[in-house]
Amino acid sequence: MAVPILKQGPYLIASVQSALTDADLLELRNALVEKVGRFRSRGVIVDVTALDVMDSFASRTLRDIAHMIRLRGAETVIVGIQPEVAFTMVQLGLTLEGVATALDLEEGLAYLDGEAKSGGETRSGGA
Amino acid sequence: MKKKRPRSGSTARSRPAPIPDQVRVEKQVAIRSDHDIVTARQEGRLLAKQVGFSDTHLTLIATAISELARNILLYAREGSLTLGIVQDNGRSGITVIASDRGPGIPDVARALEVGYSTSGSLGLGLPGVRRLMDEFEIESRIGRGTRVTARKWRG
Repeated sequence: MAVPILKQGPYLIASVQSALTDADLLELRNALVEKVGRFRSRGVIVDVTALDVMDSFASRTLRDIAHMIRLRGAETVIVGIQPEVAFTMVQLGLTLEGVATALDLEEGLAYLDGEAKSGGETRSGGA
Repeated sequence: MKKKRPRSGSTARSRPAPIPDQVRVEKQVAIRSDHDIVTARQEGRLLAKQVGFSDTHLTLIATAISELARNILLYAREGSLTLGIVQDNGRSGITVIASDRGPGIPDVARALEVGYSTSGSLGLGLPGVRRLMDEFEIESRIGRGTRVTARKWRG
């Protein structure tokens, strides 16, 4: 597994450690969709701080992850998109629409805690 | 200097045609698997760093390389990426040439439209690369292959 997934209370945290191949991204997607059921998780955080390139494939896969996790009844938040990566994504037209994002892990956890309190109905990522 | 012209096929250019100034080929990466995409963008980033690009531009160039390499894999299954440093009148930049012997692109103009894709992807690949880089050129011949040349200048 290229990306370790940690269980922390009701959440799963996937921390990307290095550059990912397309196969690694798909493996991450499948693992999260499965684990969210196995651990009955309420939320998923994907930390992409270490990711230096977010191309159209990575972007589409992250969006797919968020949508699949929502269909499984949990929330996803992508954290740690670096300034240069954000700049490039906007130039490419990759907006991650309908996907919640947060500055870092701390903010991501705060977001999910807020979601849990509000029942997840009112602020589901601004889709 | 004679310019080679494809007999048939199409060429699309944004910005004035790049004049072949001094290109120093530094690296060639064979593209056969998704691992090679990662290798290509890492090599590109290293080379662009040598040229002195800013962090933002390094990311931009690496991302463009990623899209070009994936296009090769997606449409031609294999090909190569050639990375080079260009010098012109005291300014320097990086050139990326993605070439394959795949099926070729029937309609280059359409392939450059945002949202147009024959592979089920987002259709941001080629138009995205065009936006990220300063110069961009496609030469494609049906049944023979495709060559995309993209260039970014420093500063």
